[in-house]
Amino acid sequence: MFDALTSRMSRTLAGLRSRGRINPVDLESTLGEIRTALLEADVALIVVDQLISEVRRRGLEALSLKQSGINPAQQVITIIHEEILKVLGTNARSLATAKRPPSKIMLAGLQGSGKTTLAGKLALWLKEQGNTPLLVACDLARPNAVQQLQIIGEQIGVPVFAPESGNGIGDPIKVAAEGLAFAEKRLHNYVIFDTAGRLGIDVELMKQARAIKSAITPDDTLFVVDAMTGQDAVNTAHAFNTAVGIDGVVLTKVDSDARAGAALSVTSVIGKPILFLSTGEKSQDFEPFYPERMAQRILGMGDVATLAEQAKKALDEKSAARLEEKFTSGEDFTFEDFLEQLQAMKKMGSMSKLLGMLPGMPGAQGAAMKKQIESIDDSETDRAAAIIQSMTPQERINPKIINGSRRLRIAKGSGHEVSTVNRLLDRFTAAQKAMKQLRQGGSGMGAAAGLPPGLAPSSGSMGARAARAHERPVKKSRSGNPAKRAQEERG
Amino acid sequence: MAIFSKFSSLFKRAHESAAHERGHIDWQELESTLISADLGPTLAHEVAQQLKEDKKLSLHGALEQLLVTKERQLNLAVAGPTVILVVGVNGSGKTTSVGKLGALLAAQGKSVVVVAADTFRAAAREQLETWAARSGLICFGGNDGADPAAVAFDGVSQALERGADYVLIDTAGRLHTKEGLMDQLGKIRRVVEKRAHVSEVLLVLDGSTGQNALAQAENFTAAVEVTGLVLTKLDGSTRGGSALAIERSLGIPIKFVGTGEGVGDFSPFSPEGYISGLLSQ
Ligand SMILES: Nc1nc2c(ncn2[C@@H]2O[C@H](COP(=O)(O)OP(=O)(O)O)[C@@H](O)[C@H]2O)c(=O)[nH]1
Ligand SMILES: [Mg+2]
Repeated sequence: MFDALTSRMSRTLAGLRSRGRINPVDLESTLGEIRTALLEADVALIVVDQLISEVRRRGLEALSLKQSGINPAQQVITIIHEEILKVLGTNARSLATAKRPPSKIMLAGLQGSGKTTLAGKLALWLKEQGNTPLLVACDLARPNAVQQLQIIGEQIGVPVFAPESGNGIGDPIKVAAEGLAFAEKRLHNYVIFDTAGRLGIDVELMKQARAIKSAITPDDTLFVVDAMTGQDAVNTAHAFNTAVGIDGVVLTKVDSDARAGAALSVTSVIGKPILFLSTGEKSQDFEPFYPERMAQRILGMGDVATLAEQAKKALDEKSAARLEEKFTSGEDFTFEDFLEQLQAMKKMGSMSKLLGMLPGMPGAQGAAMKKQIESIDDSETDRAAAIIQSMTPQERINPKIINGSRRLRIAKGSGHEVSTVNRLLDRFTAAQKAMKQLRQGGSGMGAAAGLPPGLAPSSGSMGARAARAHERPVKKSRSGNPAKRAQEERG
Repeated sequence: MAIFSKFSSLFKRAHESAAHERGHIDWQELESTLISADLGPTLAHEVAQQLKEDKKLSLHGALEQLLVTKERQLNLAVAGPTVILVVGVNGSGKTTSVGKLGALLAAQGKSVVVVAADTFRAAAREQLETWAARSGLICFGGNDGADPAAVAFDGVSQALERGADYVLIDTAGRLHTKEGLMDQLGKIRRVVEKRAHVSEVLLVLDGSTGQNALAQAENFTAAVEVTGLVLTKLDGSTRGGSALAIERSLGIPIKFVGTGEGVGDFSPFSPEGYISGLLSQ
């Protein structure tokens, strides 16, 4: 989860930093890393390529200006962040309201995207603000969708207009029109129309959705899309926008660990804002959308400063001191040290706190995922440890000698793929480089805060924010055993 | 199908295609095509790389190599009913797939019991009952909020008594990141196994899922040892390439595909059809 753009870029950026100046070749390789990271986050290819060319243009411009005193690597990250924010933040707004109530909201989207659940959440949210919403059950296709909405309505205390029992029987256009008339008569000030899931390529059902829309002329037609959607998000969003017409977007299942590149794909292709996030199964799990948070999530940048603080606590005093000694004495950072750091990382305290700092993942959900993440981390740590333990002492001290056949042997010995070994070596090299740079007084990489530099989350945390964070002096730990203290604090 | 002409030389076998033909391939575009099918940038690059290096390999062949398992039949119980646990994230198509798979088996003359162990989502039980009624399956379910493990246990017990051939257990959708819910899934399996061996755990994956699919498969496997994938909603514009990475990395075979909301829109996985789908645009 941490293995995002920043970890990817740390390698490239370490190189950039050492030279202190960016040139067009560096820029290209950085752009390549950004491209891969965005694709891994499920941002649609065409959107990625547009974004990259814009960042390239602005990057080259920045190069020609040769502003002194500004870290060029930071500049590239800032540019990409700005560009993403531009897309996500376009036309940001809240729910549209009618001049004359009721305000009509129509939900549309693929099967299983979470429309019915969302209808309930939206209704509850409106109700809590003193409104009198009505839910209208227009999904007459999916078995027992009407009943699902009725139960939800009962749970949240919002009336549901459901004249048809559904399961393939009844005309959704008629139900929508009658629902509207009912709302007007009963003076509801909001009406939410739940519709059946449909595919963008289903011409008949798209026509039907448009007919529902014409019958009720919604003030807001919201496209509901699953945060875990891949490349198809652009096609579907485009299809719904052309066939039905979309005013805004709701992103669902945001409590997953997907990087949610679909958010960017959809807003980019239809040019309409995301209004809300659906973040869990309970009716209360519903939030307004913040472009900034989402940009960071897609890029994989958490609250890096605090992350660094946490990691520092996890390193126990002794190994921290030993590392520091090595560091100042100018000794090379070896696999032995790396292993030690990995093990320290394993001891790291409350991951839930860290999770709470990750964009798009508020504290409560973070807590629920706590153990989960710990185990993921552990398995990764164990994997790395197994690989390192399959190295000869000589290889651990002098990793440069690890050639192809040695990699093969290490892979066999540790029971992992060569690619896994390669990845670890890459990460290690990046860490080693970072350590060297630090010693040479470069800008503070993670290690300055006691952050294990080889780990993706840490060495990866060198976004603009991280660099800023490290301008603060590093505080010395107060307690004898920071790991223990972190535990105690966790309670 | 434009892609077939564009990369036509990649479809020929080595003896048919002169080596130099590959010089004309737009590798960038090939990678783009694969990325658009949700293979992910790394796997797409790897496939292109393989094709560059091995001139004997066809594009089809390279993709087929990623489908590492050959056995795609349902695992059957040696004696007694074959118990199949169906799991997945919210809205992926579990209940629908249980209904359709049940119908498929019933059409083969098997007696099928479906168990509604989704006691969480509103009207989930009724949804499965509707499906069961459509194809003459026997349906067992618990009340809303009942312990899903107990419901599953009771359902399997009933199936044993009736001497059913298959028991399909539908479970509540859950995100793979929710520790507690994943534990609950493990518990369902353990409790059921007190009664009968679980032969098959099918993970239902929405075909439009992106790179998060692998994380889903990893976590569900960690919780309940997934033995097969059901890839749904392939009737849409999505191509379902993220399942390829799952089969490749975790060795979990894709066993079935869902291609619509009708009872017949469900079939055993065909590698050829799937790969052609990946490459079509
Ligand atoms: N087009 C299409 N829709 C499907 C397919 N499988 C399931 N669905 C729809 O996806 C939605 C969610 O399915 P459901 O079975 O309730 O998902 P569950 O929450 O995983 O049990 C429903 O609207 C289904 O009709 C499929 O293969 N194709
Ligand atoms: Mg279900």
